[in-house]
Amino acid sequence: MAQHDPKGRPPVTDPQVTARHAEYWRRNIRYLGILLTIWFAVSYGFGILLAAPLDAVRLPGTGFPLGFWFAQQGSIYVFVILIFVYVRLMNSLDREFEVDEGGDA
Amino acid sequence: MNVQAWTFLLVAASFALYIGIAVWSRASSTKDFYVAGAGVSPLANGMATAADWMSAASFISMAGLISFMGYDGSVYLMGWTGGYVLLALLLAPYLRKYGAYTVPDFVGDRYYSQLARVVAVICAIFVSFTYVAGQMRGVGIVFGRFLEVDINTGVWIGMAIVFFYAVLGGMKGITYTQVAQYCVLIFAYLVPAIFLSLLITGNPVPQLGLGGVDQASGMALFDRLNGLHAELGFAAYTSGTKSTLDVFFITAALMVGTAGLPHVIIRFYTVPRVRDARLSVGWALIFIALLYTTAPAVAVFARTNLIASVADTPYTEVPEWFTNWEATGLLSFNDANGDGRIQFVGPASPQQNELTVDRDIMVLANPEIAGLPDWVVGLVAAGGLAAALSTAAGLLLVVSSAVSHDLLKRTFLPQITEKGELLAARVSAAVAVLIAGYFGMNPPGFVAQVVAFAFGLAASSFFPVIILGIFSKRTTREGAILGMIAGVTLTAAYIVWFTLMHPELNNADHWWLGISPEGIGTVGMLVNFAITMTVSRFTPEPPSHVQVLVELIRIPRGAGSAHEISA
Repeated sequence: MAQHDPKGRPPVTDPQVTARHAEYWRRNIRYLGILLTIWFAVSYGFGILLAAPLDAVRLPGTGFPLGFWFAQQGSIYVFVILIFVYVRLMNSLDREFEVDEGGDA
Repeated sequence: MNVQAWTFLLVAASFALYIGIAVWSRASSTKDFYVAGAGVSPLANGMATAADWMSAASFISMAGLISFMGYDGSVYLMGWTGGYVLLALLLAPYLRKYGAYTVPDFVGDRYYSQLARVVAVICAIFVSFTYVAGQMRGVGIVFGRFLEVDINTGVWIGMAIVFFYAVLGGMKGITYTQVAQYCVLIFAYLVPAIFLSLLITGNPVPQLGLGGVDQASGMALFDRLNGLHAELGFAAYTSGTKSTLDVFFITAALMVGTAGLPHVIIRFYTVPRVRDARLSVGWALIFIALLYTTAPAVAVFARTNLIASVADTPYTEVPEWFTNWEATGLLSFNDANGDGRIQFVGPASPQQNELTVDRDIMVLANPEIAGLPDWVVGLVAAGGLAAALSTAAGLLLVVSSAVSHDLLKRTFLPQITEKGELLAARVSAAVAVLIAGYFGMNPPGFVAQVVAFAFGLAASSFFPVIILGIFSKRTTREGAILGMIAGVTLTAAYIVWFTLMHPELNNADHWWLGISPEGIGTVGMLVNFAITMTVSRFTPEPPSHVQVLVELIRIPRGAGSAHEISA
């Protein structure tokens, strides 16, 4: 949709640019796959499906049963970390493929 | 100064602050009104999102709910935070790049269909109204309990405040008042939690105190609580009673529902760049996590304290806060066996339980249980009001923009002027405030189910079509419309069947595969995905300008000026 191009240029048709964008997208999808696997593992995996067996172990140095800790504390901390890791990965990916938006890094 | 005077002072001061901000940040264009001029910093937007997201239910009820549910309460903790990962990775950056004003805007354009737009508008309005009714009720209840005014008067006062900054300031006014409201509510939540943690575990950080040692018994706090539970015939606090499958489905429905709620999504239209949208979700989750990791600690402290101070205690020797809250009807003791002692026992005990405790008391009574000064009680009231008002305002904006932008500007009155559209936005915000106030004063009898409904509906309607709209160019108009309708119908039918038509059958023996109505949104979402993808394979592929649009959404560069041109 040409009207979404800020300078009103026709959409990108240069095959080299198109291939670069496709590669950018593949890298993005790979990051998503890895990060969402961790997202699933800490919440649905450790916090729900494996919570009962993990509860036999205590989080070292605390009184937390491990499965319970993942369900009510740990998964939330990991979620925050995942988003900030994604932000960093994508900022450098944007620069590498020259699709960043300028301004301060 | 007594509790009442402190409460008046703190509530009045916080309201004056919100009104001051509203006057300072008036909206002068539709872009200001819908997306705060897309000029909000990621940090400020993160705070505003956190206040927008955390409602009266998060502030007042959640810790109490967890306190009574134990491990089962994890569904809320993971469900209402994990959705932000989906937002950051799958939705926010792309929707920001597209640069629309509303969610139906994106759905209508991506699926090149006015029908898809209208279906999306109906879902957005329905989800937002069901949610907002509970918020206005929360405002009324806080006024009623802490300031001893009639609940309806409380709702009127709340309406007047929201009216002022939502109608005048639109998204711009709402954003900056929400930043202030976040500060009020998080301070009000953490102060009692820190004192309580010091009191029970000797550690000032509630998240660490929770895994620490109970000062009174010298045991690990969890061992003490599980021991007390076993003694009194309650299920172990750390293991819960819901089936694993149900916990899985409820968590998924809440996560996906969070990522599909229009009032959350539109917050990420307000930042300047795609990069800011990603970062802003991160800030939002940090601010939310501050409360959400404290809540399970408050739940355990309050539970342990409650059992230790009342179980098997002679009624004549109960602490003072017990008597105070008994007067409100939130605590009630019925001496069934006539021994003058309070039997607070669970289903596995041979004795009969004699104590009824409203879950809201766990947060509301905390300052008194911990023996904190009077001003902390006033602070909790101001915090509860901040949580309810900020969420209500965000929801009302969705309703108003759905009417003035999606229905008028984009569907029925494309010739409307900028001034006309801004006026329409203000009028529809005003009408929405009145309708929300009506529901606050005359709440439908099924408010609790209605919240499950809002999440189920968001999960089974918006989430799949937005994700597929971005990640699959082949997804067609026919697929998306049928998918949304099928997902919503299935979810709504299941919830209505079990909660409204046959509440007597609403238990695990009758549920399909043991999935409760709270978790059915996950099934609705899967059905939506399956139908959208299948139908898309057998219908003509989207026109080339839509496929190019999808290509452009995926690349961050060029977001800044996107919506002056498209809108």
